[in-house]
Amino acid sequence: MTRQAHEGESPASSGGRLMTGAEIFVRSLIAENVEVLFGYPGGATIGVYDALHDISDIKHVLTRHEQGATHAAEGYAKATGKPGVVLVTSGPGATNTVTGIADAMMDSIPLVVFTGQVPLRLIGNDAFQEADIVGITRPITKHNYLVRDVRELAQTIKEAFYIATSGRPGPVLVDLPKDVMAQKTHFEYPGSVTLQNYNPILEGNVRQIKKAADMINAASRPVLYVGGGTILSNAAAELTALARKLGCPVTTTLHGLGSFPENDPLAMGMLGMHGTWYSNMAVHFCDVLIAVGARFDDRVTGNVDAFAAEAKKIHIDIDPSAISKNVKVDVPIVGDVKSVLTALLELVNPLETKDWLKTIEAWKDEHPLRYRNGEEIRAQYVIQKLGEITEGNAIVVTDVGQHQMWAAQFFNFSHPRTHITSGGLGTMGFSLPAAMGAVFGRRDLPVISISGDGGFQMNSQEMATIVQHRLPIKIFVINNGFLGMVRQWQELFWRRRYSHVELANPDFVRLAEAYGCTAYRATRTEEVEVVLRKAMAHTDGPVFVEFVVAKEDNVYPMIPAGQTVNEMIDTPDPAPDGKQPAGDRIETVEKGKARKVSVHAPVPSNA
Amino acid sequence: MPPSQAMLNTQSPGPPDEKVKRHTISILVQNKFGAFNRIAGMFAAKGYNIDSLSVGPTEDEGVSRMTIVARGDDQIIEQITKQLNKLIDIVKVIDLTFESFVDRELVLVKVHATNDSRPEIMQIAEIFRAKVVDISPRTLTLEATGSQQKVDAIIKMLKPFSIKEMARTGRVALKREFQGEV
Repeated sequence: MTRQAHEGESPASSGGRLMTGAEIFVRSLIAENVEVLFGYPGGATIGVYDALHDISDIKHVLTRHEQGATHAAEGYAKATGKPGVVLVTSGPGATNTVTGIADAMMDSIPLVVFTGQVPLRLIGNDAFQEADIVGITRPITKHNYLVRDVRELAQTIKEAFYIATSGRPGPVLVDLPKDVMAQKTHFEYPGSVTLQNYNPILEGNVRQIKKAADMINAASRPVLYVGGGTILSNAAAELTALARKLGCPVTTTLHGLGSFPENDPLAMGMLGMHGTWYSNMAVHFCDVLIAVGARFDDRVTGNVDAFAAEAKKIHIDIDPSAISKNVKVDVPIVGDVKSVLTALLELVNPLETKDWLKTIEAWKDEHPLRYRNGEEIRAQYVIQKLGEITEGNAIVVTDVGQHQMWAAQFFNFSHPRTHITSGGLGTMGFSLPAAMGAVFGRRDLPVISISGDGGFQMNSQEMATIVQHRLPIKIFVINNGFLGMVRQWQELFWRRRYSHVELANPDFVRLAEAYGCTAYRATRTEEVEVVLRKAMAHTDGPVFVEFVVAKEDNVYPMIPAGQTVNEMIDTPDPAPDGKQPAGDRIETVEKGKARKVSVHAPVPSNA
Repeated sequence: MPPSQAMLNTQSPGPPDEKVKRHTISILVQNKFGAFNRIAGMFAAKGYNIDSLSVGPTEDEGVSRMTIVARGDDQIIEQITKQLNKLIDIVKVIDLTFESFVDRELVLVKVHATNDSRPEIMQIAEIFRAKVVDISPRTLTLEATGSQQKVDAIIKMLKPFSIKEMARTGRVALKREFQGEV
């Protein structure tokens, strides 16, 4: 703090001095060790912003839209494990955070969102910039508050951070009426907080863990099905140790990516609708399924009745309501993944899984991940190359759609908190602001934003924020001129009736340049590696690359919604339609095997 | 469907499903701004059926008791309990269906009455130990208390006289303490 300290003051107390709500707000954030605040000021928060004016302990990032602020906070939280914090004004400022809050709720991201509110006496009056944001966000927050008295403010902020970050994390909203923030009181930041009916269970039940261990020890075809809870619980090391001790193959959900190294022979990559052929087969035929911090989402299970129907199921999750919500399990264990896996590790024995792994190996050989490659750029190739050049040492923030699935399939994520995406809500426009948030929390790894041409334009205004702060983000737009995933569904399930999915786009390179960003474009496969290397070597601020890719390509394998492995569609063989351009060929990539690298575009030594 | 209708679906259950049962769930909730809305909203958002819902103060002035009669199979009821427990303002959730409990409901029924029918209505009231709480040349208003079945029964008896208006409180319930095992 640059401000003069008053007598009897400490960071967490005002001593005898009275403080305004606005000052208390700032001091509470400092007490919570908040480093960065994503926000946008307005009439209802002008007093709070005044209190922020002289503060150097907290970096305030002025985004260009409140949705950008919320996604930035999500990206920061996902990359660091710390809560993301947002400050916006009342009315439209508050309602613009709704999508980000819903996204954080679905993906269990700890957020604390502070919204300005009209003065208490005007609430309910249809006052200027009034919105009942507590009412609006009630179903999409873990909890929310309206602060009606300045004396409740510090306690409320303490509770908000505690609720957002403990148990199954999630967003908490605190609504701050303008007059409450001007009232004065003594400030004393509470050291701890107890809530009557909120005590997340961390330690798993010992008997349940024993039961699970017995079940695992009797397994011959086990599969670990690993979700985002493993990363939230910082349990990647324990998970890896368990998988290797058992000799148990591992498949991850979209949010589980990074919890298990994909170059490990036990890795099977992602499962579900666009999961690998072999992971879906392994889950279908396993005898014991160990679900770790995963929630049996419909994109994973397809038809729930047929999902691992023959397998005994163990489910480890911190949220009791996640257990047996979609799929009935045999041994539920409510607890923190890290703590439960540590206990389980002691009780299990190495399993005889050689035959099982051989079966999976055969599936890997028969049905590797594949894509058609040629002169026209394929998004899969861009992502595969990116994975090779960075050797997985990068934080990849994807948007929603085809490129998101290809990134999940072809990047080969190997470290926790290096894959950030909007999974549950599927929010287009997530990537750019989330990457921006991630870079404020992490400078140890390059941060790469990958979007489609559709999603990029949903929050492209944040280019201004990124350039203003000279953030070293690699911004990649995979441009096929289509809303590709919708087009894919229209092609496969709606008789190729392409209804309103073609985009007329701006010149992306000139757009990026207008923001003051270095920008490149690649239009042929042979340019991809050169431009990727150039972008990765760019350290002075952001760099933008547009990859103009094949207009029509599909994500495979695919299990159509609500179906089973029996309906799984693999990548079609070369040119089933006979329209394959000369020189095109099929590239293959397998999880957990030395990859067959295509050397399509030799890298110039001076690149 | 308007949310109120989705929440308070009082239609008789569709095709009889043996797995679907009626559960009486007693909830202690802190008297915080919007707490009831949170509970009612959860039922609406998750699409659970509520037959009745009543709320009122308890011996602790900071806490209210909500009694909800909800319908669902075991899995749905388990989810309802878990989802309720996730709400921060909730102090305690008890599914009384697994306990021995006493329950009551109160109804006020305004029934059409003529000089001819009045004695008959009053006779019914007497049988059900209902009270006459209001009278006019054309109506009688009765107050009856009892189990849900008793309330259903008196309403059925009064229906032929033409019920003009009716207000039911919904079930309130408490766990029985002395169960004779001592």
